[in-house]
Amino acid sequence: MENGSKFPLTRWSVIDAARSRDPDEQARALDALFAAYWRPIYKYVRLRWNRPIDDAQDLTQGFFAELLERELLSKYNPAKSRLRTYLRLCVDSFVMNEEKAAHRQKRGGNVTHVALDFQAAEGELAGATIDAASIPSPESLEEFFEKEWVRSLFALAVEDLRKFCKERERERTFRLFEDYDLSGDSDISYEKLAAAYAIPVTDVTNALSWARREFRRIALERLRELCASEEEFHREARAVFGSGPQ
Amino acid sequence: MKFLSDKALERLRQRADLPNLVGTRYQLLERVARGGMGVVYAALDETLGRRVALKVLDVPIADGDFARRLNREARVLARLEHPGIVPVHDVGNLADGRVFYTMKFVEGQRLDKHVETVNSLPDRLRLFLRICDAVAFAHAQGVLHRDLKPTNVMVGAFGEVLVMDWGLAKILRKQPTGEPEEDPEVTIIHASATEGNPTGETQASQATGQGTILGTPGYMSPEQARGDIAHLDERSDIFSLGALLRFLCTPPASKTDSSAKWRRDKSLGAICAKAAANDPGSRYSNVPELSADVSRYLDGLPVSARKETIFEKAARFYRRYTIPILLIAAYLVARTLILLFFHR
Repeated sequence: MENGSKFPLTRWSVIDAARSRDPDEQARALDALFAAYWRPIYKYVRLRWNRPIDDAQDLTQGFFAELLERELLSKYNPAKSRLRTYLRLCVDSFVMNEEKAAHRQKRGGNVTHVALDFQAAEGELAGATIDAASIPSPESLEEFFEKEWVRSLFALAVEDLRKFCKERERERTFRLFEDYDLSGDSDISYEKLAAAYAIPVTDVTNALSWARREFRRIALERLRELCASEEEFHREARAVFGSGPQ
Repeated sequence: MKFLSDKALERLRQRADLPNLVGTRYQLLERVARGGMGVVYAALDETLGRRVALKVLDVPIADGDFARRLNREARVLARLEHPGIVPVHDVGNLADGRVFYTMKFVEGQRLDKHVETVNSLPDRLRLFLRICDAVAFAHAQGVLHRDLKPTNVMVGAFGEVLVMDWGLAKILRKQPTGEPEEDPEVTIIHASATEGNPTGETQASQATGQGTILGTPGYMSPEQARGDIAHLDERSDIFSLGALLRFLCTPPASKTDSSAKWRRDKSLGAICAKAAANDPGSRYSNVPELSADVSRYLDGLPVSARKETIFEKAARFYRRYTIPILLIAAYLVARTLILLFFHR
């Protein structure tokens, strides 16, 4: 990553990478998908399919194994739907098939490329916006899945930013970003932060401006990787950042 | 990994999206609206001390060739100097690679809101004619709008009518500067050139095999909806104008007595139907033809979109010349009575 003045699009999208014959690229694709999607998928299975914790964990792992085994990504057509919608529908289909088979076995042991913190994901579900007891509409499910996907994407981008700041010895900048933009504290102000860190207010605003710009760049870079085409990337960028008033 | 609460997520979305205008002559004032491909802000032009509308694209332009085309399109649109079209003031790049445009900040109301206060059909039709003037001018310059709809028309504080959001504009032919003609598919620009529209709507957008569908259902011509971008011409905008005319001819909910008359008017209905015909060949061939028909309707003259029966002709003649006809009739009756009186 350079200084952020240019937007790098050097990496293949996960779709291209998953379709390639290069095992390293395939592994990278699955890692990127895993990192961005396992939380939304786990939460979705818990809420949409009302599955107990153990089952949801198995199904989440199993889904990614299925994705690889049945080469589902190679069947994805970006002209027809967004990747996340396609994956959500694949999850639905997978869970239904598993229900029908009724003899599901533990799967996915050798495809887990990242440690899955199911306990943390379960804790995050406390504030879920879908009532599992009711029959949710397709729109609310799509909305829920999208929100969880954005949350996952942003959380990954925040982690990347933390590492990036550390490499650049700008840990204070990240702490300011964390305090001002990531905390739920609505009373926080530039002045309070300046006083707490014993720096001028302009240093606070400059640091935040830099951190937000880098955060945006990193998030878009990750997003680009998860999209199959420029068209999809533009649409998803709108969905991710376009949450303000219409 | 840090869990982001809903509140933090929303805050992060909005703050990370704010444009960093360091190094430009603009100072951000407030977010105004989301447009077709980006967000519109009110900004202060610090050099000239005036308020402008600033639109920032959603994503950075990664492709230099695309950015070059985008800037070229902006230059073409900036040449559309017409009282009914807001031109681009400036185009530039933010530090993060996003392209921004500035344009005149229009104080006023969107057409869909404004017509709620216009209860007279002739007044609404006169608004329509002014929209047609701006579109006809753009067509004469070889530019298609491709997203004409009530929310993309503003009525200014002094009654001026402005066609906004030329973000989907398409250049039809070579410009007077001799710039090369480009593939129509790639001349779509993904930014609003004139969007001061404070509440611009989002375009429907989906990929197709032939091109990219960009437009608004209900106002988008069938050929545009099919993604048949290479064959679009002025008649595609005429379809949208027909849909817009139909919208303007829909009486306000508060109007009860004369609303039925608005709906029943066959000549007006025929103009709308001809303009918004599914087959481009059945539509008006250019905007001045459409304007002329609406003007004829306003003047009580026969319209080209519909052949009248003899009774309708007589009725229209009577409506147009009611007072002279009544005066002549009164004169003839009086004359007859006088003759009868003296004859006796």
